[in-house]
Amino acid sequence: MGIRERLSGNEAVATAMKQINPDVVAAFPITPSTEIPQYFSTFVSNGTVDTEFVAVESEHSAMSACIGAEAAGGRAMTATSANGLSYMWEMIYIASSLRLPIVMSLVNRAVSGPLNIHNDHSDAMGVRDSGWIMLFSENNQEAYDNLVMAHRIAENKDVLLPLMVCQDGFITSHSIENIELIEDDKVKEFVGKYNPEHYLLNAKEPIAIGPLDVQHYLFEHKYQQAEAMRNAKKVILEVAKDFEKMTGRKYSFFEEYKMEDAEIAVVCMNSTAGTTKTVVDDLRNKGVKAGMVKVRVFRPFPAEEIAEALGNLKAVAIMDKSDSLNAAGGALFEDVVSSMYVAKKQVPAVSYVYGIGGRDTTSKDIEEVYNNLQEIAKTGNIDNPYRYVGLRK
Amino acid sequence: MAYNLKEVMANKPSRLTAGHRMCAGCGAPPVARMILRALKPEDHAVISNATGCMEVSTFMYPYTAWTDSFIHTAFENAASTCSGAEAAYESMKRQGKLPQDQNTKFITFGGDGGTYDIGLQALSGAMERGHDMVYVCYDNGAYMNTGIQRSSATPKFADTTTSPAGSVIPGKMQSRKDLTEVMAAHHLPYVAQTIAYMNFKDLYEKAEKAIYTEGPCFLNVLSPCPRGWGYPTDMLMEINKLAVETCYWPLYEVENGKYKITYKPAKKLPIEEFLRPQKRFKHMFKPGNEWMLEEFQKEVDKRWETLLALEEMSNKE
Repeated sequence: MGIRERLSGNEAVATAMKQINPDVVAAFPITPSTEIPQYFSTFVSNGTVDTEFVAVESEHSAMSACIGAEAAGGRAMTATSANGLSYMWEMIYIASSLRLPIVMSLVNRAVSGPLNIHNDHSDAMGVRDSGWIMLFSENNQEAYDNLVMAHRIAENKDVLLPLMVCQDGFITSHSIENIELIEDDKVKEFVGKYNPEHYLLNAKEPIAIGPLDVQHYLFEHKYQQAEAMRNAKKVILEVAKDFEKMTGRKYSFFEEYKMEDAEIAVVCMNSTAGTTKTVVDDLRNKGVKAGMVKVRVFRPFPAEEIAEALGNLKAVAIMDKSDSLNAAGGALFEDVVSSMYVAKKQVPAVSYVYGIGGRDTTSKDIEEVYNNLQEIAKTGNIDNPYRYVGLRK
Repeated sequence: MAYNLKEVMANKPSRLTAGHRMCAGCGAPPVARMILRALKPEDHAVISNATGCMEVSTFMYPYTAWTDSFIHTAFENAASTCSGAEAAYESMKRQGKLPQDQNTKFITFGGDGGTYDIGLQALSGAMERGHDMVYVCYDNGAYMNTGIQRSSATPKFADTTTSPAGSVIPGKMQSRKDLTEVMAAHHLPYVAQTIAYMNFKDLYEKAEKAIYTEGPCFLNVLSPCPRGWGYPTDMLMEINKLAVETCYWPLYEVENGKYKITYKPAKKLPIEEFLRPQKRFKHMFKPGNEWMLEEFQKEVDKRWETLLALEEMSNKE
């Protein structure tokens, strides 16, 4: 029943990659994800994987090489953070439009500028409309588990979309925690062989990929991508079910923490969920009906399910570790409130931007959010829905 | 390397088919066709193409003119896209995931904009990493696909839409980047500069060498553009000839560090012969602009002398 280990988030990711044994890894160093290609190139140097490691000269080339490799018929993986992802941006869209199930580990970090190497989610939010499946992870265990499930989701014939697994830079990428690893042979069997239908290296069926796609066709091709993203919802749940059978660990679109009878709740992603759970526990001890929803699957966005989960609350706070700089709240906030509006769920909702550029988010900060929620639940009044927590005045 | 053009044309059908949308008199299609003819008929190729004239006019959905496997992703990364495909080939071949008798060659095509400028980093990286691939730059000396904007391959004084010959500034004010030399400085197994001239002999032989030399190889092929250069479409081959005979575009190769000039004109023609038929240099022939011709000639002479010296130096025992 699993292997007990103590690993950092980056080590956990590299371990999953070793077990997946992709055909090609192309990556470029950038803090805080650098350790992943470092660990992985050690596996390559020591012959523990069959992978061809391409030490590219930039992230743009990292994604380009992954596209070339995946189109060629191989499994391609990469890892990056922040500006590295920004530099890939053009190719991120092209990867998904070519329907290549590339898998990336994104160690979330603030996008410049000014330069900051610490955690927030501005990198991920910059590609939220790019057609990538986006999974978020609270800790090393989830980063590992999500990666083990990634190929089964991405490569499904009804999906064929690239997928990124996010975790918080430094907070989880560099913290060593207990983890339960899956045996190599079990991972190998679970992930399975990659059998693309059409690929460049099939000499018997040469194909052309990446055309000039003018007015007559691009709309339909984009619609197919949108359909694939809708299909991904079902596949994500199926894969989670199989994963639960193997490990006993249960995954869905999001985790509901003490939500059964909750009156107020916080919606958040990644490591903040850990802090929030302890605050919920404290509040519960005081008799406050607090709960939490931790979003795991951000793309595709589980709109109906989120609306259902939050629909009976008296107040909800949606916490974004990235400021959309739009004068109208964070990206997660927008998705959550529009989901509730469409589902005709009227719950007073506030947006909290927090933790920008690695600003520590303490249980006190989260408590402040719940205290404000209690006030909103009582009065139903929201003087300002676009708020900040942890910001120096 | 026995070579007979008639036999090549008869026995090796074009792997870039007719029906593409390149302009009449464009230098690029004959170059691509001839390079692909250098492939052994039994070998399969993966072709990576940078965004540009060649790509948009050969692969407009749902039609393709390429009979080999082909991939286009973006403008600046044809080399890195190709390098990824090549890495997958190495990996999958090693693991027995591909038929053992499969022989796939990797060829990248990019224009000068996608090679000298925006794609230089990706090209340099892929070559340095040692992928077994050939990068072919079809150099037409400007961003022709977007409407004749100057690139670092554009020759000095050329009139382009972003270096217009005006009343104060007479065209592009900088000399052309010497990319072939930049690539030679990568110490690759094979770097060559060529053109479609003299029954394509030079082009065909260099293509064959580049494709079948193991490791990263680079070909720089001058490919005139009737729109950008302003010559009549039936004059393509004449322009190619003049580029070589004036030593504007010397034909040479650098094989494991040794330079070899593959064609030395018996009588080097004055540069005016190459410039005069082209509208982009028209202003250079106005009275009072003789200094421009002189300066251009000096630059051509200087580069040719340097090349002769490099050939001598690198072949010393």
